[in-house]
Amino acid sequence: MTAPIRCREDETFVLNLGPQHPATHGVLRVKLTMDGEYVVKAEPVLGYIHRMHEKMAEDRTFAQFMPNTARMDYLHALAYNHGYVLTVERAAGIEVPERAEYIRVITVELNRLTSHLLWWAAFLLDLGGFSPLLYAFDDREQILDLLERVTGSRLTYCYFRFGGVYNDIDDDFITGTRNFIKRLRSRLPRLYHDLVTKNIILIKRLKDIGFVSKEQCRKYGATGPLLRGSGVQFDIRKNEPYSVYPEFDFDIPVYDEGDCMARYMVRMDEIEQSMRIIEQALDKLPDGPVRAKVPKILKPAAGDYYAAVEAARGSFGCRLVCNGDKSPYRLKLRSPTFSNLSLFGEVAEGMLLADALAFMGSLDLVIPEIDR
Amino acid sequence: MDTSIWRPILYLIGFMAFAGVNAAWLGWAERKGAAHIQRRNGPKEVGPFGLWQPLADGIKLMTKQLLIPSGTDDILFRIAPILAMIPALTSMVVIPFSGNIQARSIDMSVLLIFALASIGMFAILLGGWASGNKYAVISAARVVSQSIAYEIPMLITVITIVMITGSTNLQDIALAQQGGFWHWNIFRLEGGHFVYMWIAFLIYFICSVAETNRAPFDMAEAESELVAGYMTEYGSMGFGLFMMGEYLNIVVGACMTTILFLGGWGSPFGFLPGIWWFLIKIYILIFTIIWIRWTYPRTQIYKLLNLSWKILIPFSLVNLLVTAAFIKVF
Repeated sequence: MTAPIRCREDETFVLNLGPQHPATHGVLRVKLTMDGEYVVKAEPVLGYIHRMHEKMAEDRTFAQFMPNTARMDYLHALAYNHGYVLTVERAAGIEVPERAEYIRVITVELNRLTSHLLWWAAFLLDLGGFSPLLYAFDDREQILDLLERVTGSRLTYCYFRFGGVYNDIDDDFITGTRNFIKRLRSRLPRLYHDLVTKNIILIKRLKDIGFVSKEQCRKYGATGPLLRGSGVQFDIRKNEPYSVYPEFDFDIPVYDEGDCMARYMVRMDEIEQSMRIIEQALDKLPDGPVRAKVPKILKPAAGDYYAAVEAARGSFGCRLVCNGDKSPYRLKLRSPTFSNLSLFGEVAEGMLLADALAFMGSLDLVIPEIDR
Repeated sequence: MDTSIWRPILYLIGFMAFAGVNAAWLGWAERKGAAHIQRRNGPKEVGPFGLWQPLADGIKLMTKQLLIPSGTDDILFRIAPILAMIPALTSMVVIPFSGNIQARSIDMSVLLIFALASIGMFAILLGGWASGNKYAVISAARVVSQSIAYEIPMLITVITIVMITGSTNLQDIALAQQGGFWHWNIFRLEGGHFVYMWIAFLIYFICSVAETNRAPFDMAEAESELVAGYMTEYGSMGFGLFMMGEYLNIVVGACMTTILFLGGWGSPFGFLPGIWWFLIKIYILIFTIIWIRWTYPRTQIYKLLNLSWKILIPFSLVNLLVTAAFIKVF
């Protein structure tokens, strides 16, 4: 399906994909110049839900900004909580109790599972398969119930605190999580892999479609499953370890093909790895306090601080510039999907409309995170 | 043949009722079927098992205003949904539901049905074109290329049936398959046709799914690509008629598959032939089509065309040659 595309300038037309379109999953607008079914040029247009989160940080105290972090990547909100909390803790020099670190890892990985399950569901929806959506949501719902028990919310979490977490986990949560892992382990091979991954139509739709090279990833700063699907082994949890990740035994799935199928497989394997991390963390969970003593109003010393975490979509970085005041002087958030989407225009050139949308689905876009 | 005035009137009423009930309640069946495949309940509030849901939907669609966006071709935009229903309704005239339930037994009825199916394609083309929406126009272009690609293997396969039966009359084709499943064209023992006829059946069934624009070949209304394709600008009963037309096309497609391959109204064991068997067979086929839709993801337009031009057409041509050889030899 790599027919050379002959573009005649006078016979192209502009197709506005979005801001309201079933496949963009949010308010992303892509201006497509089309030659029949072929995409000649694709320009993502951003800014439809820009909410000035970075500016908001500048006139709030450090603690007041916490809920904002959950409203960027609403599918992996806890990782964003984690990234921000890590930066501020680094700035203020706060030590986190070990039990809190373990709880953070468990909840972040559970949240990563929900994110990947939802991506899987939405991706299949993009490819025209409706039923997998309901299967994935069934599983995702179990995790949300578990997280609701400890965090109090189901989507936009504000669970982490400077120096720990808000709530301790109880035995019900631990047994519930173990049961859920058992349940997902039994469902993954049948409902996810036999029904979908091995489906011939799916394989034909994804194999050799949307090739992204290592060079393109470097050029645009792509991270996450997109980068790992192009054969680069880079995961902040391994490469620049934070929290208690070094204590767990897990692999970073890497595929060299660089096509949609590789990205699909990376995410499916990450589901397995996240389950491994959660199991180990539950086994090793130490006793102790879940929150260190931290002053109500933080005033970190003036300076420049940075911390990054591995979110479901790539590396989320937080750069904090403090001037000794009770609110940040400047907070720069580096969200992975912004860089990942920047690839789209270059890669989608010459693709069929259906393939371009499959490629867009494989990028796993969350629009509020692009616009912030 | 009885030529009294009551005959056409009774058949007209009967077919309209059959078509109306099918068009409405297949929507319900599809929603229920999809729901159970997806481990949900589906419609259950309106009446027992949600059986009155189609009535509620119908009232809702009929009371909505038919919006005609500016920039559309007004007349064509109104004609297209009606045109989507008419060919499917007209096809019912020549379909033999049983030995004595058939409005008209026409000698060229096979050809008539395929001609009408092509007109049904025009409805989508016109609707898409008249909408003046880019998604709708892309959808219209897809429908034409898909329809052309899949009519060829379909007709070639039908020719094999015509060669075996020696008639283009649907009633003759069904009559030739009476008396047990070993007489059906798909398993026909006589003349050894069962050796390859199941391949012809598969080709025909794939084509009929593609001809009715059903998933995984629903290129025309590919939701995640073309929003709703040719139906994007339609609301109210315009949309309703397109949906009903789609379900009627499925019914006609299932009727044709039953008559051509599965022995029409004949019972599988040779006793109690009648319309019951015909209905059981078409609803099994329709359920299969629903089942496929809610299981598979969508293909992509060029892969769909390749499937037809590079696989189905060569296979159906070979199939035609093999049929000719079998008829000559045995």
